[in-house]
Amino acid sequence: MIRERTVNAAILALLVAVPAWAQWADEPFTITLATRVVIFAVAAVGLNIALGLGGLVSLGHAVYFGLGGYAMGVLASHAQNYSPLMEWPLQLDGTKSMPVIWLTAILSSALAAVAIGLLALRTTGVYFIMITLAFGQMAYFFAISWPAYGGEDGLSIYVRNSFPGLNTLIPIQFYGLCLAWLGVVLFLNARLARSSFGLVLTAARQVPQRVEAVGLDPTRAKLVALVISGAITGLAGALFADLNRFVSPTMLSWQMSGEIMVFVILGGVARLFGPVAGAGIFVLLEHLLGGISEYWQLFLGIILLLIVLSGRGGVVGMLSGRGATHE
Amino acid sequence: MSEPLLATRGLTKRFGALTVSEDISIDLRAGEIHAIIGPNGAGKSTLIAQICGALPPDAGDIHILGRDATRLDTRARARLGLARTFQISALAMEHTVLQNALLGCLGARGTPWRFLSDVLRNGHLRSRAEATLERVGLLDLAAVRTAELSHGQRRLLEVAVALTLEPKIFVMDEPMAGLGAEGSRHMTEILSNLRKEAPILLVEHDMDAVFALADRISVLVYGRVVASGTVEEIRADPTVREAYLGEDA
Repeated sequence: MIRERTVNAAILALLVAVPAWAQWADEPFTITLATRVVIFAVAAVGLNIALGLGGLVSLGHAVYFGLGGYAMGVLASHAQNYSPLMEWPLQLDGTKSMPVIWLTAILSSALAAVAIGLLALRTTGVYFIMITLAFGQMAYFFAISWPAYGGEDGLSIYVRNSFPGLNTLIPIQFYGLCLAWLGVVLFLNARLARSSFGLVLTAARQVPQRVEAVGLDPTRAKLVALVISGAITGLAGALFADLNRFVSPTMLSWQMSGEIMVFVILGGVARLFGPVAGAGIFVLLEHLLGGISEYWQLFLGIILLLIVLSGRGGVVGMLSGRGATHE
Repeated sequence: MSEPLLATRGLTKRFGALTVSEDISIDLRAGEIHAIIGPNGAGKSTLIAQICGALPPDAGDIHILGRDATRLDTRARARLGLARTFQISALAMEHTVLQNALLGCLGARGTPWRFLSDVLRNGHLRSRAEATLERVGLLDLAAVRTAELSHGQRRLLEVAVALTLEPKIFVMDEPMAGLGAEGSRHMTEILSNLRKEAPILLVEHDMDAVFALADRISVLVYGRVVASGTVEEIRADPTVREAYLGEDA
């Protein structure tokens, strides 16, 4: 039985040590795998704010992930084709600058979350899940049928976007950027959980009638949580598209939403480092088992089943020896 | 007599053919405990739900501090100064006792929209929450998870959360429910002191507590107020004895 803080520190140490070793041993593929882990972790930290703190079972987080991806794809493709995004009322060009792309990804995902949240939060439970899923499917089929940005084939970007002072084409440098973002969103998540807003939000998950009785709006708290959550997952989408230099409707698919949720549940719902552990284990299994069998997800399913049945605290919960944080 | 802080006039609510509230006019004045008693199914909870804004009445109106509050929602009524307790404890079980009290402080005059600063380190808020817990004798348990409290301690926390709102009116739905004799005495003592701060509309089954606490009693039977008066008047009222206390007049 070790404490959760120790587990978190160990995960953080691995995120630094493994790529450092790979850099030293000249194993760029390992760095790419680690980058995948970190980006998925950012996406899952986003979901964990809605799911873990707010109790919002969103099966549509691929919307934000994909929006972030397309924010990158659209801006970068216009820049690489030297065609303006729009000419009227003012000329707007594409860009290869990561900070601008990130901001676009964050803002567009946040806006989408406002729209989806306003509708979905009128319902609870299984209906909430269905509505978020429906929005995900709408976005998916829209992306497939819209030919301007590649439709079903997606969009390829030839050169990774740029960040001032870095050469993002060097794997370890891009990894550093992504790791920095993971640090930022984890910090944000930790502070949020202990803030006034976090208290109202977690109370709104448990006893919405009480929150109303003290004069506060539980639904508004959940909406704000969903917006923060979506914005973070959207940012992850932009990073993921930049990692692959490719974006396609797959990023918007419901399987993607499911995977983001699997990261969170695998690692531990409502645990700060749960999404990081979950993303790490998922990518590792995908890589190791994927090499052995095409049906690796069968094993993933069994592992997920065992973890969920063994006490709901996820891997982080099992390692730190504390039970479920939820009732 | 001063103007009542809380008043209902002709409150009526029907569920289909069933009339659960029929022309209910009651009021609550400063400094008093007004108890609502009645057999099971008399419509006490429905009345509370309408007063607190959880259920819209079909007819009649509700005045809070002289304002027509009939169309206000639960939150707006809470902000006007109405604090309720729940018949079945509605507490955040994963939260500590202190966090539950802090939620009330945030609601009343707090700053719920702070995202980055640690709410437990907000000295002003925290001392208010702790002062309230001390009043009901729960300060020693401030760091304990609410799920680990006994039933009696949860009932006290219910009252404490209402207290954190520093309300003008209390509406309490069976605060003694499930308490033993000892717990009931303790709660009676607390409520008795509370009336000086804000009057209490008290729905209660525990007759000993009601007769010990109430300044006035209204008796609800099949959705109608069949009698209303002081404790002595109600004790002596033949209709009440027949309809509620189960004695032949």
